[in-house]
Amino acid sequence: MKSFSFEQPATVQAAAASLATHADAKFIAGGTNLLDLMKLEIEAPTHLIDINRLGLDQIETTDDGGVRIGAMVRNSDLAAHSRIRIDYAVLSRALLSGASGQLRNKATTGGNLLQRTRCYYFYDTARPCNKRVAGSGCSAVAGFNRMHAILGASDQCIAVHPSDMAVAMRLLDAEVETINGSGVRRVIPIAEFHRLPATTPHLETNLRRDEMITGVKLPAPLPGRQTYRKVRDRASYAFALISVAAVIDASGERAQSARIALGGVAHKPWRVESAELGLSGATINVKSIDAVTDQLLAGARAYSDNDFKLALVRRTVHAAVAEILKNSPQWK
Amino acid sequence: MNDAAPHDALDDNRQGLIGTPVDRVDGRLKVMGQATYAHEVQEGGPTAYGFIVEATIAKGTVSQIDVTDAERCEGVYLVMTHHNAPKQAPWGPLLAKDRFARSAPQLANNRVDHYGQAVAFVVAGSFEQARSAARLIKIRYAESAGRFELAPNLDRAVIPAGRPGREADSRVGNFEPAFASSTLQIDARFTTPVQMHAQMEPHATLAYWKDGQVIVHCSSQLLMSAKNAVANTLRIAPERVRVVSRFIGGGFGGKLPIYGDVILSAMAARILKCPVKTALTRQQMFHFTTHRSDTIQRVRLGANADGRLNAIAHETWSHSASFDNFYESAGMQTRTLYAAAHRLTTHRSVSLDLPVSDSTRAPGEAVGMLALEQAMDELAEQVGIDPIELRVRNEPLQDPERNIPFSSRQLIACMQDGATRFGWSRRNAKHSAVKEGNLWVGMGMAAATRGNLLQPSKCAVQFDDQGVLTVRMAMTDIGTGSYTIFTQVAAEMMGVPMAQVRMEMGDTDFPPTPGSGGSFGAASAGSGLFDACTQLRTKFARKFGVNAKDVTFAGGRISGAGRSETLASLAGSRGLDAVGEIKPGAMVKKFSQQSYGAHFAEVTVDGDTGEIRLRRMIGVFAAGRILNLKTATSQAVGAMIWGVGAALHEHAVIDPRYGYFVNHDLAEYHVPTHADIPAIEAYFLPEFDDKTNPLKIKGVGELGICGAGAAIANAVYNACGVRTRDFPLTLDKVIAGLKLQNTLSTAGVPPHFKS
Repeated sequence: MKSFSFEQPATVQAAAASLATHADAKFIAGGTNLLDLMKLEIEAPTHLIDINRLGLDQIETTDDGGVRIGAMVRNSDLAAHSRIRIDYAVLSRALLSGASGQLRNKATTGGNLLQRTRCYYFYDTARPCNKRVAGSGCSAVAGFNRMHAILGASDQCIAVHPSDMAVAMRLLDAEVETINGSGVRRVIPIAEFHRLPATTPHLETNLRRDEMITGVKLPAPLPGRQTYRKVRDRASYAFALISVAAVIDASGERAQSARIALGGVAHKPWRVESAELGLSGATINVKSIDAVTDQLLAGARAYSDNDFKLALVRRTVHAAVAEILKNSPQWK
Repeated sequence: MNDAAPHDALDDNRQGLIGTPVDRVDGRLKVMGQATYAHEVQEGGPTAYGFIVEATIAKGTVSQIDVTDAERCEGVYLVMTHHNAPKQAPWGPLLAKDRFARSAPQLANNRVDHYGQAVAFVVAGSFEQARSAARLIKIRYAESAGRFELAPNLDRAVIPAGRPGREADSRVGNFEPAFASSTLQIDARFTTPVQMHAQMEPHATLAYWKDGQVIVHCSSQLLMSAKNAVANTLRIAPERVRVVSRFIGGGFGGKLPIYGDVILSAMAARILKCPVKTALTRQQMFHFTTHRSDTIQRVRLGANADGRLNAIAHETWSHSASFDNFYESAGMQTRTLYAAAHRLTTHRSVSLDLPVSDSTRAPGEAVGMLALEQAMDELAEQVGIDPIELRVRNEPLQDPERNIPFSSRQLIACMQDGATRFGWSRRNAKHSAVKEGNLWVGMGMAAATRGNLLQPSKCAVQFDDQGVLTVRMAMTDIGTGSYTIFTQVAAEMMGVPMAQVRMEMGDTDFPPTPGSGGSFGAASAGSGLFDACTQLRTKFARKFGVNAKDVTFAGGRISGAGRSETLASLAGSRGLDAVGEIKPGAMVKKFSQQSYGAHFAEVTVDGDTGEIRLRRMIGVFAAGRILNLKTATSQAVGAMIWGVGAALHEHAVIDPRYGYFVNHDLAEYHVPTHADIPAIEAYFLPEFDDKTNPLKIKGVGELGICGAGAAIANAVYNACGVRTRDFPLTLDKVIAGLKLQNTLSTAGVPPHFKS
């Protein structure tokens, strides 16, 4: 039987140190993804480090007016937190659109960032998958790829990152805080946290082998209204076909700024900051939103079963922007 | 059953138990976790655990199998492959009278006939040890090319063997010229995908041998078939097999056959001389058990300008496993639902190298009605009349192909009652006419019908001196409420409280029944029970010394001729018993028997994203006498939810490169979630059908799915004008037909944003 050792360190530093000293170690937090993968032997750690007793479960206000979310804050608690609901509504909405109540009660902030793709072929050990077994091939490119990427993919892998939470964090310019086995701390901007597959689809983040996520920092709240629109094949408990996170500052007479991030389209949350520069003042209108969507979709390629995503992104961006504008009271 | 059922004690309903929505008698056990399902049974001593290794190719042979590493694993007792599996009878026979009693050998040779077939079986001290060792088995295959898709293989379709009354084809009049000369014509092609049963309880077995007999606890809808299948496969006498299934977490047709978990556990238990327990994983269920075939269907309707049908044709194609002969009877309901002088129905079967297709809840109608009832909706629009009025104009006076009367038929009454409850008059007949914000809103309706069946069944009853009536039959309760309704019938027949009835089922040691399937369970086993109670009443009357016609049974007493006595004292220390029996007879030939209903659905279609969401749904059904309003309503609502799944979600995707179902888990094989199911209501019209069976009931379990998905598809069309004939109706198919509505330009957005 596949056996593994199990450890419950008492401190964050001890946990990180343990990771550094064990070759095939994994942290277990909520276990909502890891346990499924272990049953299928897609993940086969020889050492499990239980980080459920380390604290890291607080949501605190930072000096710059933002918040720091402990890595072990459960998705349910994060979504329900008053600061998050008031100042980072897009994050609350994104969290609540994911998984089920039971799963959200277990799943953690750090774990959510690290969840593996839901590509059908990744989960089937009888099929080639470069992400699972490097160099074995990709079954999805010429297979059933309804849920797969249209942006940033490679011929090695067209999987998408399944998280809703991460898309909202990308919109908010979150930063991932880590510590390594030697106690060195590092801050990784969320834009640089997840990787595109390129020729190394088995590498999904830029987290180093001996690093542990301790928390996620959100900058001071953005002005304006936020929304998260998730499009899926059933009303609940389905991964996003695509999703749109958006914030528009329409508090004055004219909109001041806007940001848009996409989920369900790539190996990482998708955002093109340069495209958003055009969105200020009087320029937010159907045309400019379309122009931004064009830039978001620049280089997009679909793989047959997911052809519809190209049109769906545009439609949903429109819908999300309209929803924000319609709910801006000063325009009524 | 050769004559109409006479007036009886159930009609008197003195205690008022019949029809009453009493709680499930096993409900408390179930919510307390005390109802033991097959995998939870601990019996026969220390238990070993099996894990099935599935083929990862769809067609070919196992050329090499190395079990060395697996056998070396800690806790492993046995690794079985085709090299060392005990001899079993060959599969079949193909033309078996009871196909669920066929021999179903496992690991018989090195041939792989479908993806997921067992190629090895590991037994160990724990499930985890067995599973882990199973992954160490190294298998080499010689793979051969297979055929996996229906559409490209239609040229290989054959006419399946039907049976008397259910022939593969039917023709009345001369369809082609009649259709060609019809004023209005609908000619539409529909497709439905492979669907899964996805029972809550995975298939599981505990098997052990005792005194030369194998005792099998498993999850089976048909105990007698299971018993015979085990006996036939292992080449032992049926008396040497006992099958027990006391509680079953959903069947839906997927537990009509037995599978390798039963046979492999039984063989391993014999070798190891200890109980062996094997459960399928959720992922294994997709290939290792049966599924509903995908279908291609062509419906043609030829009508006069006023909508009266002159010609109706329903041609259907489905697949069967390469070694099997099952076909989806998707055109059957079209033989009996609407009047038309010229008629044609056909069934064609394509042999594919997929896992085995077989019955799934309402085989035939569940997918056939998706096509027929959409076509009727299209015709109603062409004629320019309400869809209900179209059905009124095509209501047959008798069965249009068999030319015999209906036993009872309230199709139009169901539609009219449903229309009132639903507020159908508020529907806008024009599509794309109602919009709320960015949501298109639409309403649709469809007919429901399902054939009614009666099967031979027996039942033993015994009344003791404590006033307890014990009922025994090899019947199953697959979650439908059988324990409860039979308790109601027995209590009402004998005039005792329900608490005085001990209902013992789920064991082949009891008198044989046809089990649960085809919505025939309540009627068949219930009629056997009814007959047993009738005989027992006669025995009590005789002992009481008064003619059976002149006594009443109430309050645990028999009364008549001015006297009264408790049944307990009359039964005495030896008790009184009886064995009852029902046999189908001439009534099925004299009367066309179906249950009927009507579905009404309201949906929204997101104008931006094309997402379809059900808003509300009402079903009104006429299914004979309703024994228990609560369990019957649960059956109907559950079936309607299946209809929602069929319309919007369910789709086992075939990857033709590998010959398997890509989305073989419940994360990606979508069934409706709670959030997909808003207010769904089911109602039953009063009906007593004395032509069907002594209980005057009709099948309930499958009726609610029939037509339900079509009502949703029709509502989608009414909402947004997109007619999708390929199920499921997913948003990609909707937005393909929906103009980008430019929400930014719609009301509520400030003017300067619109330019």
